[in-house]
Amino acid sequence: MTDGMEMFPLIQRLDEEGNLIGDLGVLSLADLKETYATMRFLRTFDERAWNLQRQGVIGTYAPFKGQEAAQMGAVAALEDTDWLVPTYRDWAASYLRGVPLEHGLFFSKGHPSLGDIPAGKRVLPAQVVIAAQTLHGVGVAWATKLRHEKVATVVTFGDGATSQGDFHEAMNFASVLAVPLIFFCENNQWAISVPLARQMHAETIAQRSIAYGIEGFRVDGNDYVAVANLMHELSERVRNGEGPFLVEALTYRLGAHTTADDPGKYRAIEEEDLWIRRDPLVRLERWLRAQGQLSDEDLAAIDADSERKVEEIIAGFREALDISPLVLFDSVYATLPSTLASQRAQFEARVKEVGA
Amino acid sequence: MVKIETSPQQVTSRKLTVSKAMVEGIAQEMERDPSVIVLGEDVGAYGGIFSSTTGLLERFGPGRILDTPISETAFIGLGTGAAVEGMRPIVELMFVDFFGVAMDQIYNHMAKIHYESGGNVLVPMVLMTAVGGGYSDGAQHSQCLWGTFAHLPGMKVVVPSSPADAKGLMISAIRDENPVVYMFHKGVMGLPWMTKSTHALGDVPEESYTVPIGKAAITRSGTDVTVVTLSLSVHHSLDVADELAKEGIECEVVDLRSLVPLDRATVLESVAKTGRLVVVDEDYQSFGLSGEIAAIIAEEDPRLLRCPMKRVCVPDTPIPYARSLEQATLPTPTRIAAAIRDVMA
Repeated sequence: MTDGMEMFPLIQRLDEEGNLIGDLGVLSLADLKETYATMRFLRTFDERAWNLQRQGVIGTYAPFKGQEAAQMGAVAALEDTDWLVPTYRDWAASYLRGVPLEHGLFFSKGHPSLGDIPAGKRVLPAQVVIAAQTLHGVGVAWATKLRHEKVATVVTFGDGATSQGDFHEAMNFASVLAVPLIFFCENNQWAISVPLARQMHAETIAQRSIAYGIEGFRVDGNDYVAVANLMHELSERVRNGEGPFLVEALTYRLGAHTTADDPGKYRAIEEEDLWIRRDPLVRLERWLRAQGQLSDEDLAAIDADSERKVEEIIAGFREALDISPLVLFDSVYATLPSTLASQRAQFEARVKEVGA
Repeated sequence: MVKIETSPQQVTSRKLTVSKAMVEGIAQEMERDPSVIVLGEDVGAYGGIFSSTTGLLERFGPGRILDTPISETAFIGLGTGAAVEGMRPIVELMFVDFFGVAMDQIYNHMAKIHYESGGNVLVPMVLMTAVGGGYSDGAQHSQCLWGTFAHLPGMKVVVPSSPADAKGLMISAIRDENPVVYMFHKGVMGLPWMTKSTHALGDVPEESYTVPIGKAAITRSGTDVTVVTLSLSVHHSLDVADELAKEGIECEVVDLRSLVPLDRATVLESVAKTGRLVVVDEDYQSFGLSGEIAAIIAEEDPRLLRCPMKRVCVPDTPIPYARSLEQATLPTPTRIAAAIRDVMA
């Protein structure tokens, strides 16, 4: 059997105790202070979203708790002209690319603004169909190549997605077309209730790259310093005509798959405890404290700020809920065809009549 | 009925087959717009197994005419991604029958990303695909399936039958901001190895022009019976109409050309005039186009019909390989003529 772990050793720069292995690379102390504050805010939002579901305010929500470093690192090196093609759990990554966090709430509410990408932001709407977006990522990257743009595209997906044909076809196409694309796998080790060992027989996802003749990397996905540095290097390389690349970011879904399941039914509490110790926030906090760059007062200030921002998001979200059901017809086509316009008119009359 | 919209300048035309007209439409758009690209299986040196891309590789090179690996899911997803990024890909699905392996990419992604993005992401893509039987290619290579695509929201569906429409609808499809499924029947292409159809060859203006998507055409005017049809069945219906005219039956042949959007007005006007209706559809009979046309009449005014309508469709069975059996299932001129005589009786 191929020893994937040996062939693709885990890249790490900040261990779980908060010790720096080597240096910060392209990052600065200021970057990490800001990253920590953002990560803490994102954690606050994510936990709050979970509670909103429990209160019946929103529908099913897929939490990203535990995967913040992987998601933030995945997009850390992207420029305004670069693309992100995300999967459904990637609200943190999308947020950093200019998609408001409200979208995560809209999404769980089935609100039509759920995929409403702000103009000029090069992000696709979150994809729920497993691995489908890997092909869109190849297409986007291919188009940037045809246009001779110096653009990097990052497509994100989970470990479960690597079992889908779409993923393998995307890897094949991307390598044949030599597109400027980074396949970024957030290996959180659980596809709902199915562990990775039941998802594939190979030791690592990174080694899938060998079969497609491309370079693969395995990085500690809970180590922002390692992920961000790797993505800086790879983004620059794809912009210069190299690629595609496959990155396996080893992380862990600290929460449930979605608000609809209970991980206690399918995985051991000991495993969760192990990964709670590897929490990406904890190690950054330890390191910053050790540098004398983070105090209890700083933490309190970050939390107060985070709470305030989350409250604003929720207020905006509640306001946006009052919408006309007629928006249903707005974006089915670029312009409303006459046949659909007549259905819209009937729908409108019915809505007026029955009031819903 | 204006069939072709052209500029008022001098129009030079000459006779082309449907396949040559399609290719000319694609080539003219590729000249005009560098974002137009073609991809699919065997679209390069081969020129498309039904000659839908003949000569394009030589003219535009492998950078814009891409032979893909055999993975429909992948190249339709690839086209969608490229369209999102501002290209105008023409993606060929070799046989529509193969949609099964790629349907998720078609109806959940290509057709829905615009909606899912709140209208901010456009997918200006053409999915062109060969449909239809009549040459013993069996149950998995002979279907039309346009009703399936037309049933699903988010994509337009066009089905040309004449060379002039093939070019004009192709240009409209490429310029459209929506994904457009462009379905060409192998029997209308004018291919030397298929059964000849005289209607596969026709006048095509040399200039670039568009045929509006969503407008049917009256390809023959008549007063006695309306024949609503599309694609190869238009050719058959025109031939039948010529024959029946000798018996004093005047058929009005309506070529739908587009299924999404569907030109309900032209159908209703024609039926209001003739009072009789035959729908000829090479797709499966149930839950499809023929039922939709019946619904239009039933919803609008069932009294338009002075006698029950007739449907000439493929029965709800797989399309047989054996020639005799296949001919028995397809809407042949014999079946069309019999249906028209029935409603005239």
